[in-house]
Amino acid sequence: MISHRIIAAFALAASLAATAPQTAAAEDAPPRQKWSFAGPFGIYDPAQLQRGFKIYKEVCATCHSIKLLAFRNLADPGGPGFTEAQAASIASEYQVTDGPNDEGQMFQRPGTLADHFPPPFPNDQAARAALGGKLPPDMSVLAKARAYEGGFPQFIIDAFIDYQEDGPDYIHALLDGYADPPAGFTLAPGTQYNKYFPGGSIGMPKPLADGQVEYTDGTPTTVDQYGRDVAAFLMWAAEPSLDARKRLGFQVMLYLIALTGLLYFTKKKVWHDLLHDPDLMQSRAPTEYQR
Amino acid sequence: MSGHSTYQPQSSFMQWMERRLPIASLMYSSFVAYPTPRNLNYWWTFGGILTFMLGVQIVTGIVLAMHYTPHVDYAFNSVESIMRDVNYGWLLRYLHGNGASFFFVAGYAHIVRGMYYGSYKEPREVLWILGVILFLLMVVTGFMGYVLPWGQMSFWAATVITNLFSALPGVGEPIVTWLWGGYAVGNPTLNRFYSLHYLLPFVIAGVVVLHVWALHMVGQNNPTGVEPKTEKDTVAFTPYATVKDGFFIGVFCLFYAWFVFYLPNYLGHSDNYIMANPGQTPTHIVPEWYYLPFYAILRAIPSKLIGVIALAGSIIILAFLPWLDTSRVRSASYRPLFRQFLLIFFAAVIGLGYLGSQEPTGGYVIAARILTVYYFGFLLVILPLLGLFEKTKPLPHSISEAVLSGGRT
Repeated sequence: MISHRIIAAFALAASLAATAPQTAAAEDAPPRQKWSFAGPFGIYDPAQLQRGFKIYKEVCATCHSIKLLAFRNLADPGGPGFTEAQAASIASEYQVTDGPNDEGQMFQRPGTLADHFPPPFPNDQAARAALGGKLPPDMSVLAKARAYEGGFPQFIIDAFIDYQEDGPDYIHALLDGYADPPAGFTLAPGTQYNKYFPGGSIGMPKPLADGQVEYTDGTPTTVDQYGRDVAAFLMWAAEPSLDARKRLGFQVMLYLIALTGLLYFTKKKVWHDLLHDPDLMQSRAPTEYQR
Repeated sequence: MSGHSTYQPQSSFMQWMERRLPIASLMYSSFVAYPTPRNLNYWWTFGGILTFMLGVQIVTGIVLAMHYTPHVDYAFNSVESIMRDVNYGWLLRYLHGNGASFFFVAGYAHIVRGMYYGSYKEPREVLWILGVILFLLMVVTGFMGYVLPWGQMSFWAATVITNLFSALPGVGEPIVTWLWGGYAVGNPTLNRFYSLHYLLPFVIAGVVVLHVWALHMVGQNNPTGVEPKTEKDTVAFTPYATVKDGFFIGVFCLFYAWFVFYLPNYLGHSDNYIMANPGQTPTHIVPEWYYLPFYAILRAIPSKLIGVIALAGSIIILAFLPWLDTSRVRSASYRPLFRQFLLIFFAAVIGLGYLGSQEPTGGYVIAARILTVYYFGFLLVILPLLGLFEKTKPLPHSISEAVLSGGRT
């Protein structure tokens, strides 16, 4: 009786947790992919993050900023696994605006580990002016800012199977989601049809084609693989602490299970006498009291 | 707190202290010797869990406040800086954000317990009303906290909710301008929400003290709803209640930790990872899950003013529960009809929560209206009438009798 009430209480809590993803309703649901960082023990694959970074650098960065990411992050544990020297060398390929100097002038200098990735456009207006009025979103937390509705009962199942990858699933699907618009679909001017984009009309032209970005590790150079790699990279950019979080989480869960188990047996021991010999009530520990 | 304390200070220092500030004996009589009904089930552990969660929220919140910048231009990035650059900042933020959700999980469980076992009835009316005040404070504090990261949902939730006051005739518009500190949700709004979000938890802590004080005046209710009559009916708070609470706090923390470490963004809205943009309305503005039933009530009513009144009324009406319920029997275990209607009431609230998360169109609106009618119908009509007509089951003479006859609930 008691235990099923407890379960009911948490089922209630879980069922009230129905809000999560609310975007993309009329569009196709992005198919779920296998990710190295999925599940309670999933962590990032550094090789995949390096490939994804290469795609970001060579393709996405033309239009999309990633302002919250610093060059030093490339060498952070749980990331793409660049050495500090490699990260510094990547930083030095970029020109960063600094200043004002002693003459009061802003100046350009090569990037350092402490710098953040410089945006491709000086401001949003410049980006819109160059891209036909469309503003490409900043990619720093993009993978956490995109979701789609699983609906009932999927959202409850997701809480039990630890599904948190709707952002990368969406990005991967979107990059390969360009198609001819269905009959009767009116495309907004200056847009393309993408079956996963909310509303269907996306401003971004198809960014990736097979063989466009060179891989040196033998990974297939297909749009499908590119999408997977860049989505993984963007997930890392949005959630760089994922590896540390899951590692600590495992330790915390083990600790809590042990603690709760010990507390359970302590509780059983303390209450045992009460439940089985009510007469012992008269001499109960630790004190007598009066009301 | 009730009755005299049996605390006898042993050391000379504590004897010296006892004559000047008898805080040790106060603690002793309140949290050690305090008699608690022996038949409490695990639904009675949520009070302790709520206290624990308040502590978690205050501690994580104070550290987060050291790193957060309440300014429209910096708030979003300062939260991201906490996630990226502050040592264990991601842990603090996920503990705090999910902590709010689990605070409400425990709060709702606590309210459900109180309603099911009739804990609001004489002599516990003030205790119950303090609880309703605590719930209101939680609602306001949680709402203001949700605004602070200054994402799209933060901004638009602030806009929608503060705009509700504009429904008040005559004074509405000036009140909204006053709340905003301007003519739109902006930097003054964020600043004052931050200030109040820091203040209100301490107000909650103060009301919790009153709540516990009132509890210790009247004693705890129990699953039978029959007051303890003899010493056999009660056990000492420590160790019996403390170890039981401790165990269930552990169980609760397992669920909490599962979300913090493995589903940290599950209960949030993805749009809140987009920086607030007053020029772009999200396609679908939804509040956090714990407000959804009330949001559904608001939207179920076509008139904005009446909707706002119903929204506020749906919580305030709970304060009158001790007088709306006319039955002399407390526990639903002995009130078969009440039990059925109450379980339907809980199901209706969950249903409203689901409808609150959906687009308010077609069948969803009709369903929300039916459930809203039941929400108020149950509290205002069914509850007063039930007490007059319901045939209740015979009550046990005492808690011990109920326990010994195996009728533990």
